[in-house]
Amino acid sequence: MTVTTELQNEVPAKLSVQKVGKSFRTKDGAVLALDGISLDVAEGEFVCLLGPSGCGKSTLLNIIAGLEEADAGQVVADGARITQPGRDRMMMFQESALFPWLNVRKNVLFGLKLKPNLKRKERVAVADFYLKLVGLEKFQRAFVHELSGGMKQRVALARALAPNPKVLLMDEPFAALDALTREQLYGDLQRIWQDRKKTIVFVTHNVREAVCLGDRVILFSPHPGRIRQEFKIDLPRPRDINSVELARHATAIMAALKGHSQEQAEVAE
Amino acid sequence: MKRFIRASVFFAGLVLLWEALYRAHLWSPVLVPSPLSVGQYLWGAVADGTLGAAIVVTLRRLLYGYAFGLAIGLPVGFLTAHFRVLKDTIGLLALGLQTLPSVCWVPLALLWFGQTESAMFFVVVMGTIWSVIIATEDGVRNIPPIYARAAHTMGSHGLHTWTRVILPAALPYIVGGMKQGWAFAWRSLMAAEIYVTILSGFGLGFLLNNGRELNAMDEVIGIMLVLLVIGVLADKIIFAPWERVLRRRWGTSK
Repeated sequence: MTVTTELQNEVPAKLSVQKVGKSFRTKDGAVLALDGISLDVAEGEFVCLLGPSGCGKSTLLNIIAGLEEADAGQVVADGARITQPGRDRMMMFQESALFPWLNVRKNVLFGLKLKPNLKRKERVAVADFYLKLVGLEKFQRAFVHELSGGMKQRVALARALAPNPKVLLMDEPFAALDALTREQLYGDLQRIWQDRKKTIVFVTHNVREAVCLGDRVILFSPHPGRIRQEFKIDLPRPRDINSVELARHATAIMAALKGHSQEQAEVAE
Repeated sequence: MKRFIRASVFFAGLVLLWEALYRAHLWSPVLVPSPLSVGQYLWGAVADGTLGAAIVVTLRRLLYGYAFGLAIGLPVGFLTAHFRVLKDTIGLLALGLQTLPSVCWVPLALLWFGQTESAMFFVVVMGTIWSVIIATEDGVRNIPPIYARAAHTMGSHGLHTWTRVILPAALPYIVGGMKQGWAFAWRSLMAAEIYVTILSGFGLGFLLNNGRELNAMDEVIGIMLVLLVIGVLADKIIFAPWERVLRRRWGTSK
């Protein structure tokens, strides 16, 4: 009974980023990583944060996750101010961050064990469900080093999904994978997102990836990290990263990205 | 099985070489006894119970001191890794004392505790504790921070993070430190047993020194062989299974 309840879709969360600022101290003084970032993410929306490295997009994701604190402003999830990590927001990293001392199933169980009111049998059933969802039910007993890069990220996805969060925060999760594996995962992620009804904030520096996955693409510019422009992507799903339509959108965004860096270079002169 | 045979042939060859050197009469038989006379000594010592008793005394001292060293060293290592102020104080002290050869503790232990079991215990603990602290601290500091971050997002905090994430993540380093601590404890105990003659029990170090005093080379070599075998067995029985498990999980085996 509880397993059925546990596996029901959560109502995805609304996220509201309000005038968030963050600076880091370095040897050369304070660097403004984020400056006055405001952004609303609707329930069940898939938003991609796009920008060159150093534009603060990962920092923003960490603040939403509750792993870092903003110097100014706040992030609100479903009306509650975010001050620390929470099970309603799960994070996926570029490296899988799986635990090598646990096998695949126990990695997925790690977060579930921290969830109250679940019996052992129920936890195992939930873990099995998500491992099946990412297509790895046959690798439950494998250790992390025995998996390929793509399989590791699938396990990481299952681990993030298992506690049934409302929000999924993804920090360049596919950046280290080869193109073929990535394409498979684009398909899987879109399917799972629609199936499991999550709100997703996805950080990337890959324009096509952003267009392929996002309902909206938020373009960041660096030094200081600001939101530069927003693109609505209304292509039908599931999207194929190689489609002409998608390429057209990507070209437009790429132009905006380049135009901006040109502008900055001129300012520097 | 193949590896066992290979090792057996190698060691049988060594004994044959030894016998050949003995028969060549290059050195006095007092200095180089035959394998047979060493074997006879060992057999006699086993038969009259002295060897068994000595092994029990030595291993008991070793285990007590080592267990105590671990019980203190592991938690202190975690603490020095976690608190900067402890790293700069106790951590530095441990680093310094770790470089001190453990035999150097013997004179101090003798003056403090006299010819007692406490002196033995103290020397073994001092041999163990510092390297365990250093290895644990290194291990904890070398854990990729992303493990703890991932755990935090899943709702792990404080003690849970330490026992379920930090400890297992540092385990390869910790086992390495435990192994080093064991080697140091073993060395320091032998030093102590050779220097300190106490009536509460004659260990292997005493027998070794006794052999020297009696000019009984068969006893000296026989006991050295026993020490060697104990060292190898300890490695194979205590540490090898751990290392196998770690290699399998972390995928570091060849």
